[in-house]
Amino acid sequence: MVNVPEVVLQSVDKRYRTGAAALEGISFEVERGEFVAFLGPSGCGKSTLLRLVSGLSAATSGSVRVNGMTPDNARELMSFIFQDSTLMPWRTVAENVGLSLELEHAAPPLRSERVDRMLNLVGLTHVARRYPRELSGGMKMRVSIARALASRPRILLLDEPFAALDEMTRDRMNEELLRLYEEQKWTVLFVTHSVAEAVFLSTRIVILSSNPGRIAHDVAVDLPWPRTAEIRDSLVFEQTVTGVSRLLRGVMQA
Amino acid sequence: MSRRTWVLINSAVLLLCLLGLWQAVVSLKHLPAYMLPGPTLVAVAIEERFPSLMKSLLITAEEAGGGLLASIIVGMTVAMVFAQWTWLRQLVYPYTILLQTVPIVAVAPLIINWVGPGLIAVSTVTFVICLAPIIANTTQGLISVDDNLIHLFVMHKATPAQILFKLRLPNSLPNLFTGIRISAGISVIGGLTGELFAGSAQVGEGGLGYAITYANNQMETSYMFALVLAATLLGFSFFFIVMFLEWMALHNWHESKRADVGE
Repeated sequence: MVNVPEVVLQSVDKRYRTGAAALEGISFEVERGEFVAFLGPSGCGKSTLLRLVSGLSAATSGSVRVNGMTPDNARELMSFIFQDSTLMPWRTVAENVGLSLELEHAAPPLRSERVDRMLNLVGLTHVARRYPRELSGGMKMRVSIARALASRPRILLLDEPFAALDEMTRDRMNEELLRLYEEQKWTVLFVTHSVAEAVFLSTRIVILSSNPGRIAHDVAVDLPWPRTAEIRDSLVFEQTVTGVSRLLRGVMQA
Repeated sequence: MSRRTWVLINSAVLLLCLLGLWQAVVSLKHLPAYMLPGPTLVAVAIEERFPSLMKSLLITAEEAGGGLLASIIVGMTVAMVFAQWTWLRQLVYPYTILLQTVPIVAVAPLIINWVGPGLIAVSTVTFVICLAPIIANTTQGLISVDDNLIHLFVMHKATPAQILFKLRLPNSLPNLFTGIRISAGISVIGGLTGELFAGSAQVGEGGLGYAITYANNQMETSYMFALVLAATLLGFSFFFIVMFLEWMALHNWHESKRADVGE
């Protein structure tokens, strides 16, 4: 069997309806199991890039392939996690998590079993019957993650998912995400504007420049696994953050 | 004693004081009953003519309630069509706003001319004035859905029907109830206005609006007061029913219905 990369972009351009270029000449491959963070100045098209992969938006030219298929055909493989938790306030936590299964008309026993498992995974079994307004920001984000995982995706697309959280909650969410990643072996595309977050989480960091968005750097992150909170205190972590920050500064000055 | 009981007692005392003041003014100034009857005379009128008062009240309740219910059903349907087809909404929506500004007093005789006098005509008048708030509010709720929630549904291959019924419709519930509350308030006015023009098939029989005209012609001022009171109560009970339904539908999840607000 030929080993098809999980995500392939080939000379992708994306223009806004106004004609302004958002992304230009984007080419990269993501192998199965990689955790790729996308960093760049605001307005560099990081989020647009994720939307192209998810199929929510179409490339102006070039090709996007997910597991060898068009994004539209590969939708079952992917789940998207947005910057806000985007929960439906009229649904309980469990009903929010079960959304994708409900839309697919999964049998109720399967649905509730899977929802229970997902809530257990993110440690929210005790609030299954609560409504979103009763939860803290961090808990809402965990519900959002559980919802994304309920459809058993192979590829996770995360668009600055923890940007609205306080730093401590954010660090804890990062650790939880990594624990799940090591357990479930997804391929992850993660957009962020925090260098420390990108370094802590990813196996590889892609740095984009802006106006129009182009790939400026593509660096591997050589930090040991499993990554625990202590890694943040290590010298090699500091050095990596410094190195990536320098690259990012270079891009922003250009 | 809870704060709530205290407020209730205060309101009751205030009401008694006002009634006392009213009675005192009438008695001391020796005002004739056809100008301003005292509360005791009004009470007597209510007691003596209770059956016909209730009959009028029920007729108007039926007419106003029927018109309101029809406006909710039609209004929601129109709003859902608007939410599905943007071009249609852009084409037709301005005219539904126009509907709101049509002077009902001028249109009511026309409607009665077309439908014929009676219950249906009065309900139709009510329906016409109740429709616009329902359409406007529900449409707003249906279309102001978080873009990312729509994306989420699309990513999971939701059908247009699923997006409408599982996402847009529940999202619009708070707006829908705002619309229904506005319409419930004006539905009684619609009923009374309709009756003023539609009159009644039999002399002395008919809804509150008809009875008010009749009592006015007969200079039965104390009965007129009774009828006004009945109309007010009717509007209040509509409002109360809608508030209750709204609470039932929203108290679990909507911010405006938080139990702990103000505590």
